[in-house]
Amino acid sequence: MTAPQTSPPLKLVTDGDTRIIVTRHLAAPPALVFRAHTEADLIRRWMLGPDGWTMPVCHSDPRPGGTFRFEWSNGAGHSFHATGEYLEVTPTRIVHVERMFLPDPTPDNHVETRFDPAAGGTLLTMTMTLQSAEDRAAILASGMSDGLEVSYARLETILEGA
Amino acid sequence: MTQLDAAFAALSDPTRRAILARLAQGEATVQDLARPFPISQPAISRHLKVLEDAGLIETRIDGTSRPRRLNPEAVAQLWDWLGQYRALWEARYARLDDVLADLQQKDQP
Repeated sequence: MTAPQTSPPLKLVTDGDTRIIVTRHLAAPPALVFRAHTEADLIRRWMLGPDGWTMPVCHSDPRPGGTFRFEWSNGAGHSFHATGEYLEVTPTRIVHVERMFLPDPTPDNHVETRFDPAAGGTLLTMTMTLQSAEDRAAILASGMSDGLEVSYARLETILEGA
Repeated sequence: MTQLDAAFAALSDPTRRAILARLAQGEATVQDLARPFPISQPAISRHLKVLEDAGLIETRIDGTSRPRRLNPEAVAQLWDWLGQYRALWEARYARLDDVLADLQQKDQP
């Protein structure tokens, strides 16, 4: 398998018993990446589910104690949603807790997202911490029900379009 | 999915991860595996049972000896599975690339 030529490779590793760490380089300054993670009208443009799914409801109140709610819909009666609370919000670091409803709630996922300046853009580091190894397995499983096959298909489309 | 849950649960213990790391270098007997650890051989055997129940290792019967080895298929499956989660995030970040490029273009006079 070869890495996509269109975008820098993403790294996903498990760390210890309960963590998942995702790193990815983005070709935009940290301030812009921060906006894309906190402003609802920007979030709803990229944090989508499978192909054909949209995010008709996207609330984000990015300040400590503020909450967010994302609702995805396929336009044909199927939907799922996620809710969470912001614990810390600075231009270079967001800490929040989230859970998905599929419709059963997934275990609480504690997420730290860092935006560090890096050559020509931003190094994004997202560290997810679960309560237990079992919870981490459940979160990884929820990612799969989030439409992974279509994600593969979309990746191929992106590669073809390059 | 049950087998994957068991596999990840099995991997949640540092001794079991160390055992897997040792087995990645080649098969080994319980005695070989117990040697580097400050715990009893029965304790190692219990860890081996967890790993075997999760499908991560298997036992080869060689006369009176019972060497353990990695089950390469199970380990590959674990990697594939993580790879799918990785693909979800890669797809999202590919779309984020587009959003960021769009924003930067609009910022320009």
